[in-house]
Amino acid sequence: MNKTYLLNLIDITVSFEGFLALNKLNLNLKKGELRAVIGPNGAGKTTFLDVITGKVKPTKGEVIFKGKSLVGRKEHKIARLGVGRKFQSPRIFENLTVKENLEISVSTPKSPLNLINKSIKDEQLNEIERLMKIVNLAQKVDTKAGSLSHGQKQWLEIAMLVGQKPDLMLVDEPVAGLTDEETDLTADLLKSLSGENTVVVIDHDMEFIRRLDSNVSVLNQGTVLCEGTMETIQKDQKVIDVYLGRPED
Amino acid sequence: MSISKIKFDKKIVLSFWIILIALIIAAPTLLPVFRLNLLGRYLSLSIVALGVDLIWGYTGLLSLGQGIFFALGGYCAAMYLQITSSSEFPNNIPEFFALYGVEKLPFFWEPFKSAIFTFFAIWIIPALVAGLIGFLVFRNRIKGVYFSILTQASLLVFFNFFNGQQKLINGTNGLKTDVTQLFGQMVGSESMQRIFFWITAILVIAAWFFAKWVVKGRFGNILIGIRDDEPRVRFTGYNPVIFKTIIFSIAGGLAGISGALYTVQSGIVSPQFMTVPFSIEMVIWVAVGGRGTLLGAILGAVFINYAKSLVSEALPASWMFIQGGLFILVVTALPEGVLGWIQGDGPRNFLQRFGLKRKIETYPSLEVNNKEGNNE
Repeated sequence: MNKTYLLNLIDITVSFEGFLALNKLNLNLKKGELRAVIGPNGAGKTTFLDVITGKVKPTKGEVIFKGKSLVGRKEHKIARLGVGRKFQSPRIFENLTVKENLEISVSTPKSPLNLINKSIKDEQLNEIERLMKIVNLAQKVDTKAGSLSHGQKQWLEIAMLVGQKPDLMLVDEPVAGLTDEETDLTADLLKSLSGENTVVVIDHDMEFIRRLDSNVSVLNQGTVLCEGTMETIQKDQKVIDVYLGRPED
Repeated sequence: MSISKIKFDKKIVLSFWIILIALIIAAPTLLPVFRLNLLGRYLSLSIVALGVDLIWGYTGLLSLGQGIFFALGGYCAAMYLQITSSSEFPNNIPEFFALYGVEKLPFFWEPFKSAIFTFFAIWIIPALVAGLIGFLVFRNRIKGVYFSILTQASLLVFFNFFNGQQKLINGTNGLKTDVTQLFGQMVGSESMQRIFFWITAILVIAAWFFAKWVVKGRFGNILIGIRDDEPRVRFTGYNPVIFKTIIFSIAGGLAGISGALYTVQSGIVSPQFMTVPFSIEMVIWVAVGGRGTLLGAILGAVFINYAKSLVSEALPASWMFIQGGLFILVVTALPEGVLGWIQGDGPRNFLQRFGLKRKIETYPSLEVNNKEGNNE
């Protein structure tokens, strides 16, 4: 496929026993792009991430990442190719400390032999320090992740995602349950990550999406309804009908 | 908070070591050989408990089939002892073969003529069998209750197979070891049993260090990660199948060593090692001692079994009720096990309830936060 694209989804169809979660979905992502994906409940946003990360195998269609097909690859292989994912509700290892969580994410190679034999490399430790500073968790190094606040958990998971050094970051509802201030900080963080990384953000929160100031894809009934900047899609009659409601929110 | 907790743990560990070493040194002189032998047996059971703790306590795999690997280790040891002590029997093969009219040694007995082979077989064969079963199960992403049921079903398959093979391994009668010879001495003799006690004690400590080495650091953290959220581990780029296969295989190897030590100290290996209740008991030892605390697994195995023999002597037939009650108590009141309870906030909460200790006034995390704030 085209070299400038990092990811191409071509005619992806996912059928759950007849129900079409995704219906001929096409989506292309450029390297370094920040893309927001919105859509009403049941539009197929999470299934869309499941297809890219290998959790769900598409019934039809092709996923091309860095020129390689991802269809049929196992989740951990896709992750190693450079696809990182943050889940909707924070999924961190609650019984491990903040530092141990980050160690899991930055360690390479991810083979048992490496993990049991060798201690963590210095540059990886430095990376952990850096990440903890970025997400304001430097004070919490040895705190069990389970006792962090909800916002801190979200941030820890984002830090773990960054620590994986993925080429493509898939971020599912990063600001669910965050305060306004935290939401703003998260938006800035994600914006700063794009450019070097390619980031896909899925969310409902319109204020947050607006703040990301990126291209937006609107999903509805398993397919891309409309693509463009926030202004364009807000004026699009189809989008208004299915999702945004009246122009005055 | 966290600092005092670390000190507390250290105290426990240190006192454990002092007691343990004192016990090991004193035991052979203090205890009559009958009791010493019992203690040796229970210590050997603590090695299989360590394995159960690794796969269940750390990795979340509740195996009800550890008896397979335990028995395999026991059979390896017993076959070696039987075959090296069979020179005066017809055809130079173990005595029981004559009962079934077998004149030629079955082929798989041959390598057990070698002490070196047996030494490795005791732990490598169970580890390989565990690795194979584990890989097939984990690759198909079978987990939770289905995994437990599958391991129990495998246990029954092995039990029935071993039970029915009179002509190969003496079937339901098992293989006796106490009347065999090792280094020119009867395995069941007092002096040999003393030696086996020492070997067991040393191996328990070695197994404990080994298990500690496995769970410390990043490898152990991945195991905990698999227990708590396996898909997350996968999406981070790790292949949980490999990790689970390795740890299941390690637990299998430990079970094999444990089974061999248990066999030479109890004088026989038989398919009874592969009964369903015995494998469930192994899980109970760990649950009572404290899941995810290696020390808890060892203490659970030794104390429950010692209690079992003392209670059974005093009040025959009552042990099953006590064991059942103990399990219910742990599941309902002490889900972290006794050691987990002690290491956590258990004792303080308990004393608080009876007004013997003041309540802490703030949340511990707030306390820590304030302290950190002052340091800035």
